[in-house]
Amino acid sequence: MIRVENVSKSFTLHNQGAAVIPVMSGGELSVAKGECVALTGASGAGKSTLMRMIYGNYLTAAGRIMVGDLDVARASPREILMLRRHVLGYVSQFLRVVPRVATLDVVAEPLRAVGRSEAEARDRARELLAQLNIPERLWQLSPTTFSGGEQQRVNIARGFAHPYPVLLLDEPTASLDATNRATVLALIEEAKARGTAILGIFHDEAARKQICDREVDVTRFTPGMAA
Amino acid sequence: MTPLLQVEDIAKYYGTRIGCTDVSFDLYPGEVMGIVGESGSGKSTLLNTLAGHLTPDRGAVRFDTRADGLRDTVTMSEPERRMLSRTDWAFVHQHARDGLRMNVSAGGNVGERLMAVGARHYGKIRATASDWLGRVEINEDRIDDRPASFSGGMQQRLQIARNLVTGPRLVFMDEPTGGLDVSVQARLLDLLRNLVREMGLSAIIVTHDLAVVRLLADRLMVMKDGHVVESGLTDQVLDDPQHGYTQLLVSSVLQV
Amino acid sequence: MTQIEQDKNAPDTVMSDYNFAYLDEQTKRMIRRAILKSLAIPGYQVPFASREMPMPYGWGTGGVQVSAAVLTPDDTLKVIDQGADDTTNAVSIRRFFEKTAGVAVTEATAEASIIQTRHRIPEAELREDQVLVYQVPIPEPLRFLEPSEVETRKMHELEEYGLMHVKLYEDIAQHGAIATAYAYPVKVEGRYVMDPSPIPKFDNPKLEMAAIQLFGAGREQRIYALPPHTQVVSLDFEDYPFEASKADHPCGLCGAEDSYLDELIVDDEGGRLFMCSDTDYCAARQAVGHRGSDASPTLEGVA
Repeated sequence: MIRVENVSKSFTLHNQGAAVIPVMSGGELSVAKGECVALTGASGAGKSTLMRMIYGNYLTAAGRIMVGDLDVARASPREILMLRRHVLGYVSQFLRVVPRVATLDVVAEPLRAVGRSEAEARDRARELLAQLNIPERLWQLSPTTFSGGEQQRVNIARGFAHPYPVLLLDEPTASLDATNRATVLALIEEAKARGTAILGIFHDEAARKQICDREVDVTRFTPGMAA
Repeated sequence: MTPLLQVEDIAKYYGTRIGCTDVSFDLYPGEVMGIVGESGSGKSTLLNTLAGHLTPDRGAVRFDTRADGLRDTVTMSEPERRMLSRTDWAFVHQHARDGLRMNVSAGGNVGERLMAVGARHYGKIRATASDWLGRVEINEDRIDDRPASFSGGMQQRLQIARNLVTGPRLVFMDEPTGGLDVSVQARLLDLLRNLVREMGLSAIIVTHDLAVVRLLADRLMVMKDGHVVESGLTDQVLDDPQHGYTQLLVSSVLQV
Repeated sequence: MTQIEQDKNAPDTVMSDYNFAYLDEQTKRMIRRAILKSLAIPGYQVPFASREMPMPYGWGTGGVQVSAAVLTPDDTLKVIDQGADDTTNAVSIRRFFEKTAGVAVTEATAEASIIQTRHRIPEAELREDQVLVYQVPIPEPLRFLEPSEVETRKMHELEEYGLMHVKLYEDIAQHGAIATAYAYPVKVEGRYVMDPSPIPKFDNPKLEMAAIQLFGAGREQRIYALPPHTQVVSLDFEDYPFEASKADHPCGLCGAEDSYLDELIVDDEGGRLFMCSDTDYCAARQAVGHRGSDASPTLEGVA
């Protein structure tokens, strides 16, 4: 479902003497249906960069990034928007929402975006929030006021609301207690069983061992760091 | 799929000075596009040119009309263009008093567009106005009050109701959250987002507030000195800006 | 009547020797052109170069200029103010034309060939050989809601009249009914929305008549017109239809039940008298023997 071929990327800092910082070259990887692949490598090696290139919020200088049938590296904004709505989910470490919107609606939104009914979307949101132990009294409040762990779980609920065929996970178990961590890992297993292709960054080594089928060390693609 | 709006090589000059130039893009149904840039970058000139308030010196602004498909709104007759701006288009001004009739009640303000397209049944007009006040979270018992007695945020919401009552397909917004308190802004953003989704609206939003575009816009255009210096997916432009000016703009935002 | 006869024979009628009807011929030609244009486009406000008249704005300078431009030496002029021939404004305009044009004047509606009016249409039905000239303070019906002249002209051009209904909407919202009682907006021949001048809405149905109707606004420099038998429709809502209302009384003096009434306070105890605002109509009815409930000798003195 994901096929990354010979991608490269550099940043040009126009306001700092037009310094050019190459961050990736020769990036290669693939994730099949029902497979979970972990990105590894030292901090700064480019794990998040690669994830963002696949999601389309970093531009790719060269190479191909196929998600399903779409080459994200060359796709128009509209094509990427459609891809994100229907095919490609992303659970980031940070929750970014309109302040004031109720948690329940934040979680239900991806389902409503693909045209599911209000009631159906909310039912699924309730189910996920309950599963992730977000107390019901918080559902009508905006998650912007929640603790880090709670925000993280709302983010996960939102990412799993719609059964995306491809899922990017950025540290899904960070800052979670044992119970919630187990729930999240169960959700990931479920998605895998459904045939979802998952690419993730897991610093939590035990979790990585438990759910990932393979590891890809991005250090290989880091200019100047490759062995 | 036909784009709802097709902008081709638009240029507007003020004498020899550039208002905006070389602007082209397609906007598809349901898409929200943000235009950011500092004061004087040409973003408001562009918006007003697209909305037919200013006549461009060059270029075409084609709109997918219900009757005849894509039509160039620059060359269509003025009555047609004005009809469009009362039915399929809407324009939300930064200052609510520019977009509202301050000496007419809230209900009258919302009802005007209905009456302009031929509604002649008082009871139905009032019922629709009342329904729309509810949708923009204005208490229905304020229907006969004049907007002068409303807070800034309420005035702005009233302006939105007045614009959306005829079910337009394209909304132009000029700094819709400008001049409002932060908490009021959030409420307005939430409202706009829901309306955009429920009604399947397309929108072009001019703002200098990057947080607003991140939350509202699917796509982003960055303007400087009358030129589009960068455009793309909103989060791509904000997370991986390519042009020096955009990089400066993004790095200048204070993080909270 | 005797008063008028005297003035007519006064020595200063020779003012008409300078030029007939005060205005010079070039000015009259200019005004006539505006009148012809206004008749060709019923309800459309034609700009004209309004002159300074020897009376203040608001006293009928527009109507006087239109009357001066259409008067001929053979005409018989009647001037009414709120339906009455004997109020200050009516008397002074009538005298003005007696002095400057030397034309015959009358109080009898049927005898007049030109009737200048402020705020009323006579009760008697007008004929094709008559001209009704209105004094108009503000010719633009959209003005109260749209202050920009550029914008209102554009709205007329493009028939964007939704705003007119906003005004009526506001009326119903505030008063439970269309409270506009005078200067009630009308649509002419399905095209232009027009302010019929501040006549009571009771008179609106009479706007469809056999006589030519000319409207002159001196300060605002506009002339507009209704040719004979022009379609004139009062604006309204489906669920709040137009109603030509008047005080629900018969005339206290002549007993008429079909005429527009003025209300008169007659004593310190709140005693009221309703009487025809059209004095000629009322006098003519009384002359043939009609009597209202208040038609006692003392009250006749008050009226």
